[in-house]
Amino acid sequence: MEDIKLMKGNEVLAYAAVRCGADGYFGYPITPQSEVLETLTELRPWETTGMVVLQAESEVAAINMVYGGASVGKRVMTSTSSPGLSLMCEGLSYLAGAELPCVVIDVSRGGPGLGTIQASQADYFQVVKGGGHGDYRMPVLAPNSVQEMNDFVDLAFELAFKYLNPAMILADGVIGQMMEKVRLNPQKPRRTEEQIRRECPWAALGKGSGAAQRKDRNIVTSCYIDPETMERHNHKLQAKYERMEREEVRVEEMETADAEYILVAYGASSRICAKVVEDARAEGLRVGLIRPITLFPFPTETIRRAARNGARGFLSVELSMGQMIEDVRLAVGDATIPVRHFGRTGGIIHSPREVFAALKQFMTETGGRQ
Amino acid sequence: MKEEIIIAGFGGQGVLSMGKILAYSGVMQGQEVSWIPSYGPEMRGGTANVTVILSDRKISSPVVQEFDTGIVLNQQSLDKFEDSIKAGGTLLYDPNGITHPPHRTDLTVYTIDAAIEAARSGNAKVFNMFVLGAFLKIKPLVTIENVIEGLRHSLPERAHKMIPANEAALRRGMELVKKVE
Repeated sequence: MEDIKLMKGNEVLAYAAVRCGADGYFGYPITPQSEVLETLTELRPWETTGMVVLQAESEVAAINMVYGGASVGKRVMTSTSSPGLSLMCEGLSYLAGAELPCVVIDVSRGGPGLGTIQASQADYFQVVKGGGHGDYRMPVLAPNSVQEMNDFVDLAFELAFKYLNPAMILADGVIGQMMEKVRLNPQKPRRTEEQIRRECPWAALGKGSGAAQRKDRNIVTSCYIDPETMERHNHKLQAKYERMEREEVRVEEMETADAEYILVAYGASSRICAKVVEDARAEGLRVGLIRPITLFPFPTETIRRAARNGARGFLSVELSMGQMIEDVRLAVGDATIPVRHFGRTGGIIHSPREVFAALKQFMTETGGRQ
Repeated sequence: MKEEIIIAGFGGQGVLSMGKILAYSGVMQGQEVSWIPSYGPEMRGGTANVTVILSDRKISSPVVQEFDTGIVLNQQSLDKFEDSIKAGGTLLYDPNGITHPPHRTDLTVYTIDAAIEAARSGNAKVFNMFVLGAFLKIKPLVTIENVIEGLRHSLPERAHKMIPANEAALRRGMELVKKVE
């Protein structure tokens, strides 16, 4: 039998971190993702791969440890949940400004404020639209299965180093806490110092010595006092974000070809909506699902195409009061096609039946169902 | 085959681990599985519950609102979940401590005297295996061999010496389950 395990999403994040050859994890425990740090501590990777695992004194410290590790070209990461991410946002802005690669995971919970520890998707604005200050963007991956919790850690590091930018994984308490089958990746070696020197010519590694010696030190900074230099830097960053929008859109479609009504959902909500599509099709209703896998870059074209193909309405289903719906509206780009939100909040998970009822009501009100 | 199961009881009764063993057994049987716990402050001394789905096909939503089977181990859980079982579904409960028995007439109801049997056997830790055995007698979705294989995978090495006691409890649970007429 192949090596299939039954694991929690959070545990898998820890295994994936070790196996993708990460150099360091810095974090501070917070529900519903405390198992990440716990599992890493059990795995003791410092005895095998040499990966550093450190419980910081706070989220602010953790993200700045990430900044330090990333500055010298290491593959470093952290994970947290909503209030913890708020504390990390200053650091995220600095990492983006200084063009440092790293992976940051938010297993989100209900808010605002200290909120609840149950699952929620109310961090969409914070993660996708900034959170920190300044003109910056981050690729955001939204796993909807335990297997993707495994796969996206490696992918996030790949994106982070491709674009020299923090890459986010936005999960939620359902995906973090649930167990499913997973096939873990094989162990990759950590990069050697020589590899890092070669692959990260920007890293702050001093002048070096011998053949690798160079004239000047690299300086890692996000501080550009001269406005013209700052503007040039912003244009350089913007060019990266535009390239992400061209090259990194990832999306999954279900039954959209002839769909009159389209559900748009990511993460845990997309699993619930997949069931709604099954149930709706069983009743002969032409319902499909568009599931953004990357929240930035957003699958604008996929949604626009569905709108032009005759979709009569879009229902953005989120475990929030409605945040992604703004991007869905922009993507539809046609004020005559109704776009509505449905979602429970505060840690309550909408059931497939509740979503289906909301969809039927939406269809009735917009003439799609008698 | 698709079976959506809610297992609910007090924190400490082994509700979550029973769900995990059942899910692991499904993996060993080549099924698709999902396991979602309630997590949070209610687990500390209060009620705990877990949703387990076993299926031949890919599981779309791990979140469901109605269950094929409810396995209920205290009064609070019976009060909370009895009405969430599908019409024609199955309810298995331990009558120990139950003061208001189930009211539904459209369910097939079974009891398992697991608490009493655990006390009698002197090994309270296998309480949940009596219950799991009872469930597998009613619905043989996974074989005992695959449950044992599941135990081997889900228990840490140091606990493997407990597997024979668990197996015995599973088989005893199969004998003890009673249909409520």
